[in-house]
Amino acid sequence: MPWMDVMADMALAPWLVILPLAGALLAGLWPAAARWWGLLTALLTLVMALLLALQVHAHGPMILDLGGWAPPLGITLVADGLASLMLLMTAVVGLAISLHALGYLAGEGRGHWFWILWLWLWAAMNALYLSGDVFNLYVTLELVVLASVALVALAGGAAPLVAAMRYLLVSLLGSMAYLMGVALLYGAYGVLGLQALGAQVALSAAPMLAAVLMTVGLLAKSALFPLHVWLPPAHGSAPAPVSAALSALVVKVSFYLILRLWLTVFPALPLSGLDVLMGVLAAGAVLWGGLMALRAPRLKQVVAYSTVAQVGYLFLLFPFLRAHPEGWKAVVFFAVAHGVAKAAVFLAAGTLQRAAGHDRLADLGAVMRGRLKTSFALGIAGAGLVGLPFTGGFIAKWLLVQTALEAGLWIWALVVLGGGLLAGAYVFRLLGPAFEPGPADRGRPLPAVMEWVPLALALLTIGLGFAGTPALSLLARTLAGGGG
Amino acid sequence: MAADVLTPQIYLLCGVLLFVLGLHALVVRRHLLLKILAVNVMGSGVFMVLLGVAAGGEGGVDPVPHALVITGIVVAVSATAVALVLMLRVKAATGLARLPRSGPED
Repeated sequence: MPWMDVMADMALAPWLVILPLAGALLAGLWPAAARWWGLLTALLTLVMALLLALQVHAHGPMILDLGGWAPPLGITLVADGLASLMLLMTAVVGLAISLHALGYLAGEGRGHWFWILWLWLWAAMNALYLSGDVFNLYVTLELVVLASVALVALAGGAAPLVAAMRYLLVSLLGSMAYLMGVALLYGAYGVLGLQALGAQVALSAAPMLAAVLMTVGLLAKSALFPLHVWLPPAHGSAPAPVSAALSALVVKVSFYLILRLWLTVFPALPLSGLDVLMGVLAAGAVLWGGLMALRAPRLKQVVAYSTVAQVGYLFLLFPFLRAHPEGWKAVVFFAVAHGVAKAAVFLAAGTLQRAAGHDRLADLGAVMRGRLKTSFALGIAGAGLVGLPFTGGFIAKWLLVQTALEAGLWIWALVVLGGGLLAGAYVFRLLGPAFEPGPADRGRPLPAVMEWVPLALALLTIGLGFAGTPALSLLARTLAGGGG
Repeated sequence: MAADVLTPQIYLLCGVLLFVLGLHALVVRRHLLLKILAVNVMGSGVFMVLLGVAAGGEGGVDPVPHALVITGIVVAVSATAVALVLMLRVKAATGLARLPRSGPED
């Protein structure tokens, strides 16, 4: 197509950072119009992310030195298959969150703070996905943390503030460990670029120590069991659009970083022992998160514990990395499917909470029967979390199980299947009140957008059920390790 | 001459020591101000390691770690500012500048 050739000459990557950043600035300058700036930014960013994904799909990975400055002085943006898929997922979920927030925050006096912080968070996440060196990844990671902590604290009140504080301290601890790893890597090799490091890293003490520090630091940030304690209060007590952004997007950021490091920088290091340890922690997360989700009394807490469980699947990455060269792609597809489904569930939960004025599961029945569109969205997206057929979650789990069996790791396949059963149990628990006999009540009046957006996202999880092939062919355009 | 060769190693060692001290305080201390200070001590430890790295290479001092430290300081200052504001808010909301002991998870 001729227009594709024209697009190929354009540097799209910087716009994915500039647009949300400019949006945040404009939202701050014109607080009264903050929501419209937010919506405009979200639409433009989605267009850019789509174009970038098409460009990368057609022409392969793109590397851009900002301002013509070469590293180590300049900043390099790298857009490859993995990065553009994550950017696209962020943009789609981001647009849905923005639309939902239009309704959710309507009439709140301090709503413009949400838009400023949310667009800032979006810019930081995009910058992180595009970063090509370990130090810029640190800086962008801190930006992501500061924005998300502020978003959690936005709800006010003791519980969200304490949750935000705990989240901040855990994240700072993780960042410091990561930065120490950066210092060790630079001390050993004198370069910071992911590719340059990957070409040099060989088995010795310094990179091993750096790998352990960086991985453990990032594990705390991605809330892998047993470092998950901070997550449920932070994600459960934030306003619904924030919960969706944190659970669907921000958790994926530190997972992406771990994946990137082990794919590009540390492939030369042996994984023996680490893969089993990570697999056991992942299984623990799936089990514990699932059990806690079965016990939590409130809707949003159930969903937050479901995130703890689903983070477990992400860290099956380590057994797969060792056993199957293509195994990580299944995990990335799972991350995307989970991102969309989890955002839909949290947004639907927010709508029900607003309509009912609370989110105690036991008393939600009447509103769930009254708000059928939203309950339907909850059901479909929940099916996506469980991995029922015709959803993205099904394809994701299919890929995970297939990879596990091809690699002869049947025990991890059992973890995936057992976790699916647990997820089924807590999703049915979420939907249970809707099926009890009783009166239907629409609750408080709400803008229609708050009902349509979760439904649209939920339908998208079904669409993802057919997106396996294009997603995998985009992922094939990923810059992998330099060997060594 | 021997002292010149040793200096970077001393910086590296002290940096690691500060990092571990900060980590210890972050875990053990309960007052939020002490926790925030502990994170800053950890950060200083990392910066000192970077300085040791800068001085340790052949052919003079390497400027890149210095640039990293300066950027790192900016990040640390911002993070500390956010943490301090949050601490004051937690104090105002709960009456205590410490995190409540994490109870049973439910």
